[in-house]
Amino acid sequence: MQAKASNCGKLRILPPRKRASLITNAVTFDAATRHYGDVAAVAGVDCVIEAGSFVALVGASGSGKSTLLKMINALVEPSAGRVLVAGQDVTSLAPPQLRRRIGYVFQGVGLFPHMNLAENIAIGPRLHGERLSGARIAELLQLVELDADMASRMPDELSGGQRQRIGVARALANDPQLLLMDEPFGALDPITRDALGERVRALHCNLGLTTIMVTHDMAEALLLADRVLVMDAGKIVADEIPAALLSGKGGDIAQSLVAVPRDQAARLASMEA
Amino acid sequence: MSDFWIALFGLSDQLTAHILLSASAIGLGIAVALPLAVWASRSATVSKFALGFASLVQTIPALALLALFFPILLSLRAVFGEGLPTLGFLPALLALALYALLPILRNAITAQANLDPGVLEAADGVGMTRSQKLRLVEAPLAAPFIMAGIRTAAVWTIGAATLATTIGQTSLGDPIFAGLQTQNWTLVLAGCVASAALALTADALLGLIERGLLMRKPAFSFAGLATVALGIIAALFVQFGGNKEDRIVVGAKQFSEQYILARLIGGQLEDAGFAVEYRDGLGSAVAHNAMTSNDIDIYVDYTGTIWANQMKRSDNPGRGAMYEEIVRWETETSGAMVLGRLGFENAYAFALREDRAKQLELETLDDLARAAPQLTVGGDPEFFERPEWIAVRDAYSLRFDRERNFAPTFMYNALKSGEADVISAYTSDGRIAADKLTVLRDPKEALPSYDALVMISPESSQNAALVEALKPLVGAIDVEAMREANFAVDREGDGKLSPTDAAKELAEKLGLN
Repeated sequence: MQAKASNCGKLRILPPRKRASLITNAVTFDAATRHYGDVAAVAGVDCVIEAGSFVALVGASGSGKSTLLKMINALVEPSAGRVLVAGQDVTSLAPPQLRRRIGYVFQGVGLFPHMNLAENIAIGPRLHGERLSGARIAELLQLVELDADMASRMPDELSGGQRQRIGVARALANDPQLLLMDEPFGALDPITRDALGERVRALHCNLGLTTIMVTHDMAEALLLADRVLVMDAGKIVADEIPAALLSGKGGDIAQSLVAVPRDQAARLASMEA
Repeated sequence: MSDFWIALFGLSDQLTAHILLSASAIGLGIAVALPLAVWASRSATVSKFALGFASLVQTIPALALLALFFPILLSLRAVFGEGLPTLGFLPALLALALYALLPILRNAITAQANLDPGVLEAADGVGMTRSQKLRLVEAPLAAPFIMAGIRTAAVWTIGAATLATTIGQTSLGDPIFAGLQTQNWTLVLAGCVASAALALTADALLGLIERGLLMRKPAFSFAGLATVALGIIAALFVQFGGNKEDRIVVGAKQFSEQYILARLIGGQLEDAGFAVEYRDGLGSAVAHNAMTSNDIDIYVDYTGTIWANQMKRSDNPGRGAMYEEIVRWETETSGAMVLGRLGFENAYAFALREDRAKQLELETLDDLARAAPQLTVGGDPEFFERPEWIAVRDAYSLRFDRERNFAPTFMYNALKSGEADVISAYTSDGRIAADKLTVLRDPKEALPSYDALVMISPESSQNAALVEALKPLVGAIDVEAMREANFAVDREGDGKLSPTDAAKELAEKLGLN
């Protein structure tokens, strides 16, 4: 079953310049394959991701979900097959050029420790010679719910959650249409994780992004995404909307992943009773 | 103590030369190591080879590394022409730069390898090109660690630069080597203190730069950098500010007689109105080549040394014929001038304590051959490699129980302490008489003659005033006078003279002034 392009509802306010992109497919995998020696991390994935959708890539460790994500911004090169971004083969562009159009947030965050927050946020535009104004940096800080006066702080003064917020702000600084997130909330405490997840979801809608998020947490995928791809052994084994997964569709592997939060919820409910 | 301060403050020339040599070597080391480290960070093979090579270089003793550059540069003359200096600054610079390579390279590569992988992934993720990643992320994050490597390199280089003296480069090694040879410990101490103080100063300043980089306080780095730059500029000014061009450089090998004769020659030249500087502590082969390549103007060598080392001859045509042949050979090959013989010989001879000689009933080398299997022979570091040792050994079938090497000054102590039973003494050595040593006769004349010669470089041989000023020295010094002067410098306690004072006394005795 094909997911709806988006369920952002009334929150969604698209800037006019981005409307055109909605009619194209944001990302297309065409028999995308990646081998490491004899091991196929990604074993021939065919998939189309529509512009404006929030897609979660779920699977166990080693299922190939991170590798598949990194093939989109050429951090991993395909061994065979093609990956298209907005209709363009990613290998046809110089990787820096490609990556500057794509926001990338990952578990390690990777803030540059020798730059203050403003410099960290402004690094993307700086790479092609653009200087971000103080107002724009303040705006980006506000998008991730941080005070504008934090701009001059250094990364080591921040908590883990604040750091990942800066990571998100940095990823958005170049006005990308596509946001890739690799276990973005994996290292955060549950409360921070929940809040930041909601924030990202809101940004996805407000900015009209196409968001692809890798996570091993099915609950997070079900709550944030409007389409869930389940991966196992380098292949997509389920491709469903959250409601379908909750109603038992998607096969054994997907259902074993859905069972975990469902059982937890049931056990908690029975303890309350 | 005042001697010490006088010696210390007399080192300004050596100090500035030392600073410039060390700074250049570290600079060259950095210039090579950093690009290599960048390359190594992109290729595991390059990394392995670069570190392997730098580690290999480090296992070569610094002294040997310095010496090795002489033949290397000599062979490179085929490519770069005869103008390529083989002694002095260039080989010292190259050897020390190689030595500085390892700590810089290792720290740079280690720093790069230990960068947070998350930060590197982010650099790629935001779309940095390779050069942007290097400039904006890798270099600033690795800088404090690279600086720590530069600090280590600086301390090593400043220490090892004292050895540059042996290949004819002025450094703070000059007083150390000169003091060691003449047993002038004040001079050794002054050289060590100056070199150690320089190393500590450099370490502190570079440490300041490192701290600035680590704490992201540019003011610290700038202050350190500015002080280092000022030091180098001051050294440049002192070194090249004066008109050194006109100075006559008198060389000396690494023993007392050479220091005295260099001062004697220098005194003659100063009396004739020349400005003089001394290049002390040269290795034997180094001294000859420094003279033929005009790096030094004058030095004293010995017929037997040139015969065996430079001319590669092992025959022994007799004293007069050997001299004539050498004069002709020098004129023909290098254009150097043999001004003449000073009048005494500093030949090898076998000597032992008088009481031991009597006890073992030794008078000649034939007698020695009989007793040799029970005896230990001591020689200077080059003796057992020399053809005359091989000649005399074969002529008399000498088979000693043990062969040991000693620095020339320590050979006589070894004889006293019994560490050696017989030594390869020098006939002009004052300690032969002072220590009451018996010199064994050489009935087969297997040991060649070692007439002291005044050697003048091809360029300076054209300087008629210089040649004229030195002519009075020819034939003027008998072996007794030389022994006395040598002993005055080599002896301990009262009456010990510096080479300069001994040279003055010798000049007076010879009626030269």
